[in-house]
Amino acid sequence: MNPTATLPANSAPTATGYPLTPEQLESFGEELDAIRLRVLADRGERDANYIRGVIRAQRGLEVAGRGLLWAGVFPPAWIAGTAALSVSKILDNMEIGHNVMHGQYEWMNDPKLSGKQFEWDNACPADQWRHSHNYMHHTHTNIVGKDRDIGYGVLRMSEDQRWTPYYLGNPLWAALLATFFEYGVALHDLEVERIASGETSLAEKRELLKGIWEKVRGQAAKDYVLFPALSGPLFVFPLAGNATANIVRNLWSFTIIFCGHFPEGTHEFSEEETEDETRGEWYYRQLLGSANLSGGPLFHIMAGNLSFQIEHHLFPDLPANRYAEISVEVQEICERYGLPYNVGPLDQQFGSVVKKICRLALPDSGTRSLRPSPGVLLNGLGGATKLIGGAVKVARRMLPGGRSAAAA
Amino acid sequence: MPLLARRPTRRFLDALAGPHGIDGYLEQIDPLLVSGECRAEVVAVEHGTEESATLRLRPNRAWQGFRAGQFVNVAVEIDGVRRRRCYSPACGEGRRSELEITVKRHPEGLVSHFLAERARPGMVLGLSQAEGDFRLPQPRPEAVLLIGGGSGITPLMAILRTLFAEDYDRPVALLNYAPDPARAIYRTELERLAVEHPNFKLIRSYTRAPGAGEVDGHFRPLHLPESDPCFTEAETFACGPPALLEAVRGTWANGLEHRLHVESFVPPTFAPAGEPGEGEIRFAGSGIEVTNSGASLLAQAEDAGLSPESGCRMGICHTCTCRKVAGTHKNLITGEVSSAPDEEIQICVSAALGDLTVDL
Repeated sequence: MNPTATLPANSAPTATGYPLTPEQLESFGEELDAIRLRVLADRGERDANYIRGVIRAQRGLEVAGRGLLWAGVFPPAWIAGTAALSVSKILDNMEIGHNVMHGQYEWMNDPKLSGKQFEWDNACPADQWRHSHNYMHHTHTNIVGKDRDIGYGVLRMSEDQRWTPYYLGNPLWAALLATFFEYGVALHDLEVERIASGETSLAEKRELLKGIWEKVRGQAAKDYVLFPALSGPLFVFPLAGNATANIVRNLWSFTIIFCGHFPEGTHEFSEEETEDETRGEWYYRQLLGSANLSGGPLFHIMAGNLSFQIEHHLFPDLPANRYAEISVEVQEICERYGLPYNVGPLDQQFGSVVKKICRLALPDSGTRSLRPSPGVLLNGLGGATKLIGGAVKVARRMLPGGRSAAAA
Repeated sequence: MPLLARRPTRRFLDALAGPHGIDGYLEQIDPLLVSGECRAEVVAVEHGTEESATLRLRPNRAWQGFRAGQFVNVAVEIDGVRRRRCYSPACGEGRRSELEITVKRHPEGLVSHFLAERARPGMVLGLSQAEGDFRLPQPRPEAVLLIGGGSGITPLMAILRTLFAEDYDRPVALLNYAPDPARAIYRTELERLAVEHPNFKLIRSYTRAPGAGEVDGHFRPLHLPESDPCFTEAETFACGPPALLEAVRGTWANGLEHRLHVESFVPPTFAPAGEPGEGEIRFAGSGIEVTNSGASLLAQAEDAGLSPESGCRMGICHTCTCRKVAGTHKNLITGEVSSAPDEEIQICVSAALGDLTVDL
């Protein structure tokens, strides 16, 4: 790391159109470091009370939702119950789960709020999330080829992903991913695109698959079997309510999350230009790769404070309830350094994401460099067949009575 | 509730309450309702001396009682952070509906100060199951000698109260060291016990108030009783600061060690134990010890042949977080130094100052 060396002409700060000298980058980093240190030292009862309050609300809404859905044969009870359960699942996954797992409340020394122990109401096993999100996504944010959140392995979200005819279905794949997002997240660490391309095999992912299966099975049993069973012959009402609540959570979290790095004005980076990053350059990439959503306090809580994606990416382990107040300072710093601060209302930001999804479904007419695609390299049915065949093989082995053969 | 105790019901409820567990919901109604965690409610707070507070606690169902002499790990949340300290219950043994601990305030002590000043009825504390080999044995000994200094009196009070609740009639003596009568914890109760039980010999020394007690000065062998009981024949329990215990051990050396049971009450350290590059690092989970090189704990663990989980290696992703059991560490990002035991730390950005034990 040599903060005073001259940057090559095509490296990140100049390629994005917002050039900063190495000295500016260093002081930019120092100013942000100062905010971080100050908030770290200031954490205390206020933050503990906040997260406990959110947890209390979530548990209460969940119990209320389940209770109302038990009597879900009555339409008002069904609507209220589904709404309450949807909000509780959203709070559990976003404001509580995502933030606790980042270690934002680990300083409290409460084992129930330990980032490493926390498990959330989602098909994705928490330990796999921690690996793919906390480590991989946050370290390599928006670096094409390393940040697998660019596309989630199934979508084309960057011009730097090479187009193939598969991507003509981009909007359809996006709609499917959104509806069943918790399963997309659950399968994320499997690296499906690398399996399809032959770089790795399903057999190597056995432990992960086992974890996913246990989580999916537990959640499905709870939402689609056990709770409906409590309503006896009227089971279809809680069943429909639970399924709807899961889908509502999926759609909402997909929307908020995709507004984090894909609206117009966000930037991606190459592996070359981010090699040997200094602290200032790391902050710079996090800033330019992220976008915020504007809204009131309730909106921010429902968004898990991911509406402050910029602040979250600058300071992933600061308690999320602090992002609103930090954002004032961050904006001021950006202004002084001539850097963009990407923020907009939900409809505008998500609108630009949808436009991008549709635009990237078509081949580019431009002269962008053709870097290897981190997206799925399915070509026609060939890759899909390999994928399905491998899945059947592994599923056979995992069923009771199946052979526990050594990895192929 | 018999229905809840049956295994299939419990499994069903656990499945319904997953992944947070039933306790995650019960505690929203009442923090003491949980069955998976020991907790206790403060019922009363009394200030027997100026520097101490005696707390009566009501433990929840999860707590399984204690043997006289054992200690419990009490957890209290101070400014959002959960702190743990060990205290010895001073009440008679068993699985009781109330537990008594006495907290002596250390001049720079965070938890002792908080509990002594701010504990109020209704406050909920974390508790642990009772631990420790320092305890009154069954069957009861033929003669008992207790030696205590400062807050070391607390497990000894438990032993005394237990014995007298069982109408113990054999010789028992307590040799207690305190600065002066005003600061002697449980002084009035001990005097009452001495009056009520003729077989109880009470010998006190007030180290800053010579003449106020039966003997004077710090521990020396001539303070010990020669009869009823004779110290060479009694089962002896000593608890107090390190200096007292060292002196006692010296007297019990040469043949009497098997009769002596010792519990050390070490005051917390507030200053860094050493410099970076000094001391030994112990990896408790693997039993490996290395000399502290001053590098981050993650680097030293890897050099020692361990492979702890790690991620960004820059203090952001919290993948490498694990438990520091004891010792002083410095956070290389914030510069903060902490000597708190049982603390979660990010080993990629933590360096040891002096001896340190980490759960790896």
